[in-house]
Amino acid sequence: MLKRFRHLFRNWAFRRTVETGTLVLNQRRIYIVPSRQGFGFAFVLVLMLLGDINYNLSLGYVLTFLLATAGGITMLHAFRNMAQLEIHAGYVEPVFAGEQAKFVFHFNNPGRMARHQIHLHDDDDHETVFDLPAQRSTPIEIAIPAVQRGWLDSGRLTLYTHYPLGLFYAWTYIHFDVRCLVYPRPAAPQPLPAASVQDGTGKMTAAGDEDFSGLRNYAAGDAMPRIAWKVLAREQGLQVKQFTAPQGSSLWLDWAQLPNIAQERKLEQLTRWVLDADAQGLMYGLRLPDGELPTQNNAAHRAECLRRLALFGSGRT
Amino acid sequence: MKLAAPLSSQLIYGLIACILLVSAPHAEHLPLWVSTVCTALLAWRAYLTWSGNTLPARWLLLTITVACVLAIGLSFRTLFGREVGVTLLILLATLKLLELRAARDATVLIYLSCFIIITNFFYSQSIPTALNMMLTLLVIMATWVSMQTGTLTLKPRLRIAMVLLLQAIPLSLIIFVLFPRVQGPLWGMPQDAYATSGLSDTMSPGSMSKLSLSDAVAFRVSFNDKVPAREQLYWRGPVLWDFDGTTWTRGHNATLQRPTLAEAGMPVSYTVTLEPHNKLWLFALDMPTRLSIPADFAPDFQLLSKAPVNARTRYNAVSQLAYRANLNESPQQIVRALTLPQGFNPRVKKLAAEWVARGDSDEGIVRTALLYFNQNGFEYTLEPPLLGSNSVDDFLFTTKKGFCEHYAGSFVVLMRAAGIPARVVTGYQGGEYNELGDYYILRQSDAHAWAEVWLRDRGWVRIDPTAAIAPGRIQGGLNAALPDNTALPFFVRTQSPFLHKLRFNLDALTNQWNQWVLGYNTERQFAFLTRLGMEDITWQKLAMNMLAGVSLLVGFFTLVMLRRLVVRQYDPVQAAWLKVCRKLEKAGLPRALHEGAMDYAARIAAARPELGEGISDIAARYAALRYGGDDKKTGLAAFKNAVRAFKL
Repeated sequence: MLKRFRHLFRNWAFRRTVETGTLVLNQRRIYIVPSRQGFGFAFVLVLMLLGDINYNLSLGYVLTFLLATAGGITMLHAFRNMAQLEIHAGYVEPVFAGEQAKFVFHFNNPGRMARHQIHLHDDDDHETVFDLPAQRSTPIEIAIPAVQRGWLDSGRLTLYTHYPLGLFYAWTYIHFDVRCLVYPRPAAPQPLPAASVQDGTGKMTAAGDEDFSGLRNYAAGDAMPRIAWKVLAREQGLQVKQFTAPQGSSLWLDWAQLPNIAQERKLEQLTRWVLDADAQGLMYGLRLPDGELPTQNNAAHRAECLRRLALFGSGRT
Repeated sequence: MKLAAPLSSQLIYGLIACILLVSAPHAEHLPLWVSTVCTALLAWRAYLTWSGNTLPARWLLLTITVACVLAIGLSFRTLFGREVGVTLLILLATLKLLELRAARDATVLIYLSCFIIITNFFYSQSIPTALNMMLTLLVIMATWVSMQTGTLTLKPRLRIAMVLLLQAIPLSLIIFVLFPRVQGPLWGMPQDAYATSGLSDTMSPGSMSKLSLSDAVAFRVSFNDKVPAREQLYWRGPVLWDFDGTTWTRGHNATLQRPTLAEAGMPVSYTVTLEPHNKLWLFALDMPTRLSIPADFAPDFQLLSKAPVNARTRYNAVSQLAYRANLNESPQQIVRALTLPQGFNPRVKKLAAEWVARGDSDEGIVRTALLYFNQNGFEYTLEPPLLGSNSVDDFLFTTKKGFCEHYAGSFVVLMRAAGIPARVVTGYQGGEYNELGDYYILRQSDAHAWAEVWLRDRGWVRIDPTAAIAPGRIQGGLNAALPDNTALPFFVRTQSPFLHKLRFNLDALTNQWNQWVLGYNTERQFAFLTRLGMEDITWQKLAMNMLAGVSLLVGFFTLVMLRRLVVRQYDPVQAAWLKVCRKLEKAGLPRALHEGAMDYAARIAAARPELGEGISDIAARYAALRYGGDDKKTGLAAFKNAVRAFKL
């Protein structure tokens, strides 16, 4: 509840602009308020001052004023810890739903002094903490769980610091127009559908799994039946049997041929097949209700297929 | 909040150092076992961190804590009061180290350390204490910084701490000078009142001089209209009649008669705010006639409250500065005022008998006695030598060094030996004027003792023998009367001129420190600021000046600190290349972030074929200079020429 109110307040109080290009943190972007420890410290100082007055401790006044001014001046240090940083968003690798989207921001510290303990976090408390050496650009990654397929927006991130004494909270909001493409979560492994010979019409040949072509290293998501158990038994590592479909045959991963299951399940199944078909080096095509991609086998094709699956039904391509 | 990361060992070592540093000055007045326990606990904590073992279980800590608190309660016989409080604070801070789990605990410890530093000032505020404070503060800051700087090593942390402190010093100086000083105390804890020295109802050699070391406020007075001369400001307290050879006590009045004043004149009316002293007496100028609160008027003009004064008490009083007091003193009181212990001080009695034998009047004998004090090399000092069983004899004929109680006591003995009724009156003398508040402050150091003699047609007359030896005490207060402090026997004995000079310098430095730092109170602040040219000093004015000074300094710091935030450092090759890029950007062909020089050149060549040759040449040279191993010196000149020649 409180969090929600805070959210509403922030949206109302601070302008919501989405940045493109390079953002420079200047005084109009950095906000500073005392932290909870800061208020606690102020309370301690008031107690000390009362003691000084009551017992007429001159040296106590000196100590109290030293602590108070040192504490106060940390506001300036907190500001300096963030000021003039140059930030631009980096490329975000697509991920599968259920994985962590790794948003990358390049922080350039153009100054002569290092910046300490800057925190970057989103509204759901995913956080990363980092230092920025002087005169250098540092890529900073923040991992945000990708729950749903489609575009994942980084949202507005909070960049803050408690440096140097934790008495002040200096922060800024950064909201770049970066998004992460989230592919559907691959379904559990299932045999690929039967491939059809390119020119054969309707004639089904059981192929695709038939011709053993060699072994390759195991990769996450490979089907259990394809693991070369004998090789493993010979202690030659975890290998996966690879098969090639006969030349000229092509595999159509077709939405329409899937049994009547929920749309998301269908997408997850197709995703799994795209991965498997690609791994096996099959020529495969993807047929979705809103269009089809001709059979191919290369990285760009795989990416395009996954992208279509990720954005299916969203109206954005 | 997020789960805190485990605290780094350098933070823990830092905290151990902080607690050690802030407690060390207390070691000399803490019970030995407390110092030992604290040291052992700190060593244990350091060992746990060093060996990576887990912290002790909560039940164990709880047991230790309860045992320690009980032991403190037993050894101090109380759990309240300043000394016990400080001891508890140090012990608990040390124990807190052993259950340090989250960053919040560390913050609490830092705050506690700062607080413990201040408790040390109850005991000492000397220059070494101040230097020690700065060192401790530096360590505390460096530890504190480590909570917000992750893995930073000690040296850069010390640097950050140093910068913070160096910036804080001038800022606090401004605030120290301008912060309006309030004359404390704001409150008096009951146990403080019991603890503070105040006048007691007995007087023996040394009791007053001990009081004079205390700066505590006894009471404050504001006069309603005119202020009497300083020589008239005798604040009457307990009147002492009975003498047993060393100690004067009040005894019991032999009459219940109210005292009477004849030919009273020069009335003064004033308001007294009395700090709690847990005794019965109230203070008023000689001689009080009216009081706004219920009190007993004792036959010897003492004002006695109905109950011990254990809260701040305010009352109005009227006194008559000119009077003839108790002209008809009761015979029993006269007898009391002539009684001397048998068998003590034979020489005094002999001296008094000589004076009487000369046939002088009573007044003449009083004058003779005062003259005797004035002309026989008597010295007014805070540190009188010890006296034997014939204390008055010893003082008058041998040591001749004493404080007001010696003079008042021996004077009364002399008078009684000469057959003149006399008694000792204790109280306060003078007062320190506070211009901001227009009132007088009476401190314990203003405690004083004087004498009263009863003369047949004048009644009780106040005689202050101290004034005969050190008139400055009455006119200018204690500091004016005492010689410069000479409590440095080693230096005093040494004849080396270097050490002499050193001693004088040290003394001068300490004096300046005492005057300007420790003694910087309302009056001094007022005087100092007036000298600086500030007029009509008010709180608002002080606040405005403080704000202005602090803002100015902070502004300066800001300028200095934010100066080096953007430092572009290009080598000449890149600078020249960026010049080309800017030219092209103006022409609407900006370089994309990901584009290398060669790619960019190729794109330009495709878009604007007329530029193709120039840009390709420049890009090739740039790549060769920057990434190839080309000789910078010769290549650079050619590259710069090519850039200069490149025109859109």
